[in-house]
Amino acid sequence: MTSYLTETTGIKSWLLTKDHKRIGLLFMIATALALMLGGVFALLIRFELVSPGPDFLDGLTYNRMFTHHGVVMVFLFMVPVIPTVFGNFFLPMMLGAPDVAFPRLNLASFYVYCAGAAIVLAALWFGGIDTGWTFYTPYSATSPTSVAIAAFGVFVVGVSSILTGLNFIVTVHTLRAKNLRWLEMPLFVWAIYATAIIQVIATPVLGMSLLLVALDHAWGLGIFDPSMGGDPVLFQHLFWFYSHPAVYIMILPAMGVVSEVVCTFSHNRPSSYRAIAFSSLGIAFIGFLTWGHHMFVAGMSVVDVGVFGILSMMVAIFSAIKVFTWTLTLKHGRIRFTTPMLYFFGFMFLFVFGGMTGVAVATSSLDVHWTDTYFVVAHFHFIMVGGTLTMYLAAIHYWFPKMFGRMYPERWGLIGAAGVILGFIFTFTPQFLLGNAGMPRRYWTYPPDYQWLNVASTAGATILALGLLVTLGYLIWALFKGPKAERNPWGSRGYEWLAPTPPPVHNFEAPLEITRGPYDYHLPET
Amino acid sequence: MNEFMRRLLMLPPQASTMARSIDYLHYFVIITTMIGAAGVAALALYFIVRYREGTGRGTNPPPDMRPHHARGGVSLWFELSVFGSLLALFVTWWIIGFSQFIRIWEPPPDSMTIYVVGKQWMWSFAYPHGGGSVGVLYVPAGHPVKLLMTSRDVIHSFYVPDFRLKADVVPGRTTQLWFEANQPGRHRIFCAEMCGPGHSEMRAEVVALPDADYERTIQGLAPAQISGPVQGLAIPFEADPPEPLSLAAMGQRVAAEAGCFRCHTVDGTPHIGPTWAGLYEATIPLQDGTQVVADDAYLTRSMMDPAAELHRGFLAVMPSYQGLLTAPQIGAIVQYIHVLGDVSRYPGEAPLPAPVRGTVPLVNPLEGTAPGEPRAAGPRAARPNPTGATP
Repeated sequence: MTSYLTETTGIKSWLLTKDHKRIGLLFMIATALALMLGGVFALLIRFELVSPGPDFLDGLTYNRMFTHHGVVMVFLFMVPVIPTVFGNFFLPMMLGAPDVAFPRLNLASFYVYCAGAAIVLAALWFGGIDTGWTFYTPYSATSPTSVAIAAFGVFVVGVSSILTGLNFIVTVHTLRAKNLRWLEMPLFVWAIYATAIIQVIATPVLGMSLLLVALDHAWGLGIFDPSMGGDPVLFQHLFWFYSHPAVYIMILPAMGVVSEVVCTFSHNRPSSYRAIAFSSLGIAFIGFLTWGHHMFVAGMSVVDVGVFGILSMMVAIFSAIKVFTWTLTLKHGRIRFTTPMLYFFGFMFLFVFGGMTGVAVATSSLDVHWTDTYFVVAHFHFIMVGGTLTMYLAAIHYWFPKMFGRMYPERWGLIGAAGVILGFIFTFTPQFLLGNAGMPRRYWTYPPDYQWLNVASTAGATILALGLLVTLGYLIWALFKGPKAERNPWGSRGYEWLAPTPPPVHNFEAPLEITRGPYDYHLPET
Repeated sequence: MNEFMRRLLMLPPQASTMARSIDYLHYFVIITTMIGAAGVAALALYFIVRYREGTGRGTNPPPDMRPHHARGGVSLWFELSVFGSLLALFVTWWIIGFSQFIRIWEPPPDSMTIYVVGKQWMWSFAYPHGGGSVGVLYVPAGHPVKLLMTSRDVIHSFYVPDFRLKADVVPGRTTQLWFEANQPGRHRIFCAEMCGPGHSEMRAEVVALPDADYERTIQGLAPAQISGPVQGLAIPFEADPPEPLSLAAMGQRVAAEAGCFRCHTVDGTPHIGPTWAGLYEATIPLQDGTQVVADDAYLTRSMMDPAAELHRGFLAVMPSYQGLLTAPQIGAIVQYIHVLGDVSRYPGEAPLPAPVRGTVPLVNPLEGTAPGEPRAAGPRAARPNPTGATP
């Protein structure tokens, strides 16, 4: 039986494919390019900040760089990456389905993403944007840069996000294999399902508010302009109503990957399946009620601050449930320490430390000092970027054999992972201290006493970049020269591993018969 | 212990009455956080090592066999007690933090009021007796001070790290903040909300003075014009100046008070506005493609109507100073720019000329370094077009 990679050939068969696996790979290429582009912007920021004064960027260009970094990384990489790449590829396989519910819509989602990305990149090229990825009004309405076009581009990318989310929800509801009950679905499916719900509910709000910003900027409607009767703080409420749940759009799929990786490599069932599955839904729900914690000093009532503070801490309770469940899953397992497991370990440190600093910034009096400083930058990079990036890389390594039929070099994998994790920690730990010391974020120049911490952070960023380059290098090598993979090299009980490697176009040789759970390691591998 | 923790965490000095108690909560939270993160990581590492493949310690299948989804790894009571204590910890932080937060937003009844206006990219302050200042906020140490703040253009954020205080300054709204400086001293003010190309230069200073000095200082402040588009600009004279100032030194002082140095440099460094170094009588390109000689008349016109003859490559961000500077003040600034005509526009390319003419050493009060000396950044590539070509 020929695999999905070789069934049909030619550029056209890829660009017009309706196969969820090929669409996943198309997204993988697009998001990887976005990651590299965003990384270049990040390095430009870090190198500009090596000395306190202006170096090779001027003020406006510096502001463009951090905005481009944020916009590209958030909207073109982190939000779409795990659902569109691994969700597309593995969600149907984990359900025993031949494809997603709406294959044509799936392809449309890819091209809508590309169109949105093209508009955003055009805005970056012609004039750039300097408002920060948050597009705060009224500055964004008066900025001399291409705000309207960029906001419209993000709006279009949002449409793609909604289409993908909708597709996944319908797929989970309608295409589960015979006998696959809800509480026997793999945990990755639960995570993607919770994510899809947020995508469908929250993204329209972002779309609306960014469209209003675009209108404000292009035609001076003054919807958020106080001199014309508008309210700039209203924009912040609307923006964070999406953008806080967006954090969970980024991290929930990563948590799904954690559940798969930790069970597979410890050859053990999750210590509580229900705790992991339902805490995903809990995070998705509570995540909608915490947006105000971005605005403690922005002009909200004191009562609101208290309410948003305590609700934000509830998210940490759900996250803690997950963390303890994963840790206890290791207990009594047979643990194979591979590259994905090293990434899991890095994830645990970054996520727990980042998460606890999240409770710290939800503590209202402390947040007054920390908000809009580098402490917040370090916090959300630890938890959101650290969590998503490490699990994105873990997912690539974990599923690489199934996706491409070849193994990656384990030793190089561990080296790359160590570089990424250590580089990450070295980049952002100094930024926690910079925030304590009072350095505001988005500063192009700064008082000289903050310099050594900035230099340390830049050094860490260099290690991180090298780790990622090493990873890219050996993965490309493994794609063509890696040793052939067996059907189930990790001995996983996940349903996707029952398919041939690499899978044929409709995933399984015969319709999948569900006879055991996805984590039944006490039963023989069939 | 307080001092040790403060330095370990690199927190700035505790200069307000609230800073210390906020820091105590900070220590509590961060220490617990570190222990929690390290504990989980250590437990995970222990399991990874102990139950590694090949040791035979893993029990597979586990002893008590129940349906895979119904079985928890630990007892329910253990789980409940872990999450109960976690919840109790978080609620404790929340109670302490929120009660402090309420205190930050409730000024004591006997506070004095100072009005704060933020605009791109300067802070100006108006005092109860009618005086005003730009870039320096004078407060009496040991007295509660309430700030009523608004913005003229976009959202800014008034941030004093030493006081652990910050509040957004929003156009169309008045926000308030209060503090009490422990003792006399100087503290940084940052703008903490991104507000454009000059955001990181939108810095100022709180100067907490003993009562007598405070009274003397603010009596010398010229009246503020709160209602205009830009704050009234005032020169804080000391009661008796130590020596008469030259016109150029006076111009430098006026320029500092008016916030000119937030955008203009005096050593050729590229910045938001054209540098003043070597500007005088130089031929400069304008936005419309023509050229003009930067003589006294052009410099004066540029202060009154900056957008009319805009230097090519710069954004039209400078406010008009029409009616805000007196004729002698304008003359003094022009004279200062005249004197700076000898400074090289391109730092690092040519040796700097002999010290600038004038009897008083010209010290840039905002930068703390003498003009002509490269700023903290050191020599940079000479680029007379700092804001980048904006089509």
